[in-house]
Amino acid sequence: MLTLECPYCGVKAEETELAAGGEAHLKRYGPGSSDAEFDGYMFSRKNPKGVHFERWRHAYGCGKWFLAARDTATLEVFGTYPAQSKEPPPELQAKIKAKRPNWEGYK
Amino acid sequence: MSKAVSALGGVSHKGFADVAEAGLKGMITLRGDLSSAKMKKAVKAATGCAMPAPRRIVMGDGKAAAWMSPDELLILVPHEAALEAVATLQKALEGEHHLVADVSDARAIFTIKGPKADQVLMKLCPVDFADLAEGEIRRTRAAQVAAAFWRSGPEEFTLVSFRSVAGYVMGLLETSARAGSEVF
Amino acid sequence: MSTRLSKGGRLIDRTKPLGFSFNGRKMKGFQGDTLASALLGQDQMLVGRSFKYHRPRGVVASGAEEPNGLVGLGTGGRFEPNQRLTTTELFDGASTTSQNHWPSLEFDVGVVNNSFARFLPGGFYYKTFMYPRAAWKHVFEPVIRRSAGLGAAPTARDEDRYEYAYAFADVVIVGGGIAGLTAALSAGRKGQRVMLIEQTAHWGGRAPVDGVEIDGKPAEDWIRNAVEALGKMENVTLRLRTMASGLYDHGYLLAYERIADHTPGDGRPRHRLWRIRAGHVMTATGAIERPLSFAGNDIPGVMLASAVRDYVVNWAVSPGDRTVIVTNNDDAYRTALALLEAGLIVPAVIDARPEVKGALPDAVRARGVRVLTGHGVAKVKGGKRVTGVTTCVQAGQGAELETIPCDAVAMSGGWSPVVHLWSHCGGKLTWDEAQGMFRPDPTRPATGADGAAMVTAIGAANGMLRAADAVADAHLAAGSEGDLPKAISAEEAPMLPIWIMPQGAGPELRAKMWLDYQNDVKVSDVQLAAREGYESVEHTKRYTTLGMATDQGKLSNINGLAVLSDALSQAIPQTGTTTFRPPYTPISMGAIAGEARGEIFQPLRKTPMHGWHETHGAHWEPVGQWRRPYCFLRTGEGIHDAVNREIRTARNAVGLLDASTLGKIIVKGPDAGRFLDMLYTNMMSTLPVGKCRYGLMCNENGFLSDDGVVARLNDDTWLCHTTTGGAERIHGWMEDWLQCEWWDWKVYTANVTEEYAQVAVAGPNARKLLEKLGGMDVSKEAFPAMEWREGTLGGFRARIYRISFSGELSYEVAVPASEGRAFWEALLAAGEEFGVSPYGTEAMHIMRAEKGFIMIGDETDGTVIPQDLNLQWAISKKKADYLGKRAQERSYMASPDRWKLVGLETLDGGVIPDGAYAVADGVNANGQRNTQGRVTSTYFSPTLGKGIAMGLVRHGPERMGEVIDFPVDNGRIVKARIVDPVFYDKDGEKQNV
Repeated sequence: MLTLECPYCGVKAEETELAAGGEAHLKRYGPGSSDAEFDGYMFSRKNPKGVHFERWRHAYGCGKWFLAARDTATLEVFGTYPAQSKEPPPELQAKIKAKRPNWEGYK
Repeated sequence: MSKAVSALGGVSHKGFADVAEAGLKGMITLRGDLSSAKMKKAVKAATGCAMPAPRRIVMGDGKAAAWMSPDELLILVPHEAALEAVATLQKALEGEHHLVADVSDARAIFTIKGPKADQVLMKLCPVDFADLAEGEIRRTRAAQVAAAFWRSGPEEFTLVSFRSVAGYVMGLLETSARAGSEVF
Repeated sequence: MSTRLSKGGRLIDRTKPLGFSFNGRKMKGFQGDTLASALLGQDQMLVGRSFKYHRPRGVVASGAEEPNGLVGLGTGGRFEPNQRLTTTELFDGASTTSQNHWPSLEFDVGVVNNSFARFLPGGFYYKTFMYPRAAWKHVFEPVIRRSAGLGAAPTARDEDRYEYAYAFADVVIVGGGIAGLTAALSAGRKGQRVMLIEQTAHWGGRAPVDGVEIDGKPAEDWIRNAVEALGKMENVTLRLRTMASGLYDHGYLLAYERIADHTPGDGRPRHRLWRIRAGHVMTATGAIERPLSFAGNDIPGVMLASAVRDYVVNWAVSPGDRTVIVTNNDDAYRTALALLEAGLIVPAVIDARPEVKGALPDAVRARGVRVLTGHGVAKVKGGKRVTGVTTCVQAGQGAELETIPCDAVAMSGGWSPVVHLWSHCGGKLTWDEAQGMFRPDPTRPATGADGAAMVTAIGAANGMLRAADAVADAHLAAGSEGDLPKAISAEEAPMLPIWIMPQGAGPELRAKMWLDYQNDVKVSDVQLAAREGYESVEHTKRYTTLGMATDQGKLSNINGLAVLSDALSQAIPQTGTTTFRPPYTPISMGAIAGEARGEIFQPLRKTPMHGWHETHGAHWEPVGQWRRPYCFLRTGEGIHDAVNREIRTARNAVGLLDASTLGKIIVKGPDAGRFLDMLYTNMMSTLPVGKCRYGLMCNENGFLSDDGVVARLNDDTWLCHTTTGGAERIHGWMEDWLQCEWWDWKVYTANVTEEYAQVAVAGPNARKLLEKLGGMDVSKEAFPAMEWREGTLGGFRARIYRISFSGELSYEVAVPASEGRAFWEALLAAGEEFGVSPYGTEAMHIMRAEKGFIMIGDETDGTVIPQDLNLQWAISKKKADYLGKRAQERSYMASPDRWKLVGLETLDGGVIPDGAYAVADGVNANGQRNTQGRVTSTYFSPTLGKGIAMGLVRHGPERMGEVIDFPVDNGRIVKARIVDPVFYDKDGEKQNV
């Protein structure tokens, strides 16, 4: 059972205080988008063995959504950061790259 | 006779700690920019308290201001003073994006008293009590429902839950506080 | 014969005798006994029967690894099967019964399996019960289920209570032996927050029994001092009777504390499940001795050598007057010494090693004991107890040399570190050739949240079998704070890894060599599996059932995989181990449930009027975690009658519905209108202040997810009603979009569902009732439909919405929840003259169905779009975007062939069963009848005096008047006509008065 630190309130919350929200950094496609774009937005999800970015909500705490970078195989957590991020913070990306030299980037 | 009643009518139980429903309390959800000067003034005007730091509760004379999230406070006042506090806050925050909602009756409030009061909660909440700072309000879960608590005295905790689950929460507290089940 | 010795026994208190019973026979033991030591003290060697062959079984071990000694313990509400004799403390009045035999332990007809042992080889079930197919269900399975299975399930309700405790520590040290204590002392001195847990009721582990000296004192003295010192450290928590059951991700450790197993009924919780978050875990879990595989090694009286000396030293129990030692290592000689010390006879030590020298064997020889080197056991003699041992040459095929009469055999095949916790979360093992054991590989530990090792194995659990090594290992691992305790134990020569005895045993002997005592798996079974092509140890385990019993192979796994490796002609590490999974030993279901039982099994949400409902005949319906009255039963009334009465009241007089459970969410801010336009399919930004509008919400897949009435409270504030089950979900949905997608929009939300008690006052007399309460103008002119007003109603602060879900003149009144009950009672009192009565959810459902109103969860099931329900009128065509809009543009969503909402009227006036499907011509690819629609809501309408239904039918709205078939039970077909879904008051005249 994971523990993740909420970047908003600083609580090191255990998984039972959190709600998982799937893959992070998805781009929404609405009316006017192609079928392929919409399909990608709705249904295509990464399922990497390794570095992954996810959405979590501190549901039993401050109620805020945040994002987490972790290794799906070892469960190592590289960091958490606010949901209002277009991409993972550069220092977090650098940290992951240092720990996982073969990581291909978050995209 | 007052028409207003708390969820459990102030029921209490004695165990290795005493647990009780604390009756009605005025509670207001206040959302907005917690760093704004207007907001600080509004909190002061409604409670006499300073703006709480993150995860802290500032207690005054029968009133308090608690930090719930980066853009939300819980304002505590006597039950009968809730409407007035709502008006005060709204007036003070006029012209600034905010939300004030009276949630006095949406909540139930409990006290857990005794030298081992923390042991009642450590059976229910995944919280490290050694890490609980002075004046900290901790939002978490109590068994299967959302709750928030803080140290309201040297040997006392106050816990807030939703009103609809007051009976469940009291069941949890009574069971956990039962004599003979002290953890230490 | 096993007996209680007249002196000694470091764990028992002879001044405190305890009485207990075994299969109804009265027995005696002492405070400090385990059930095993107490039974052995009374010569109860036979304690159960094996799983498959029903062979006689006696106690083999003295701890958690015991495979045989399982009993039913307690009676009635405190009965529990499969309680391990060796880990259950004796208490006064304990009632125990043996298991897996019929009719009695001494005489078991199931033992016939034994004679047919050669017909029940590994994979027997798989091979035998294949054909004919039907026989499996009707013959084989019932017979197997009756004859297999250990113990009986309890039938009475558990009388005990259980709980959790959440704990946090820098270091959790598992195991209170000398290694664990050493580590705790060092970590404690460093100021770390330490938790030291020990599964038994005693600190110190094996050291006192094994004659270890520490810092110049007997281990027992050092242990006492260590525990005392730890007890004084405020940063150290000590816990006995607490077994670490499993280690999970990010240092999450579950520990099982048996608080009151030894004091049943004393009012304390029976078990406590500790949910510990550990910064680091140190496993000082020791090692388990392995049996040796020789013919007859399962006969009661054959025990682990360490267990034999445990019984002698700890509990003053002699397993026999004459005990033969069989070993491949020096450690077993300690048992010989312990027996001799107690005045018992050791006729011989049979040692498989060709050469035996060293301090321990020499000491045994010096006491005149014969040591047969290079020898093995050809077979053990005896049936329900050992009568002798026949020797052979270990290197040979088992030619019998000599029979040594004895009544117990103490065997030792070497030791295996307890690596379970180390392995639970991914820690890897390495094969230690010299010691013949798998031990933790420190270079491949389980890692935690920070990517670093989260477990360290120390002491014997780390393969450090000598006391001095174990203590030094623990001290170093825990930071070497303070002086290193100096432990001294006898030097030992290397063990000889041998896996069967004798080396060249033929088939007949191998078929009598037990690996798994509980599940009856023998050396021959594993060898057969290998011959039949099983190469993976995991497959062999399942095929033979090796290690699948309740002891999970603590004794049998290593021996089994060694035999498998040998049969496959490969090295042991190449074969590998099976997976170690939690729990380490079984934990109670009660502990897993914790406090969650009875009234607090799960949260039960109650409205402010719940108490009134309870005392007024409420027949409850669970709606999510809420309890809502389905109907209010009057004396002598059936449910159906009550529902019909309630509908008639609302339709003809006035009814009250407790609608407090409906979700209420405030949405406020300069961008709130824009936000709600994205959330709802229709326009909310244009809703004038003071008015209400019905709205639909879809998910991004286009499917209808919730509905409700939205009220605009002021210029920048809306109040959104949701369904009862939708409040938290929709509030979360709003916050998700606001926080994660449109975070620059200025909108705040607040879920105020529980702030209000809400009552629907519905019926022709509704207005009269509110007028009587007084304080607000509720006239048609001043308060039209789909508007809201605030004021004081009958002295209550109220907000009234003029909305109707019943089709009647209806006001939904919200008052503060604290005044909800008083308001409800005021309505009832004032409404008496108007014929008021409350109605429940079923009346509400029927009335809305009569009006053709949809219900989320009935008409919708996560695959239905608003267009399917003819709700186009509630979908804005002007909006460029709303959640779900893009999805609804997909070709399949726009298809004219989608099933659409219609009303259904049975030709005979009856009620169509819920969920019935309408069939079409032909069959589909699977040979099933084609379908063309289904029933979504179906009721008997007391208003119309007939069955009504709503359903989704292909091209439904274009087929008005057509009759379609609904096959129901037993080939009966219900014929129904497609009609308009609004059955009652089509023009809405009743609600707009």
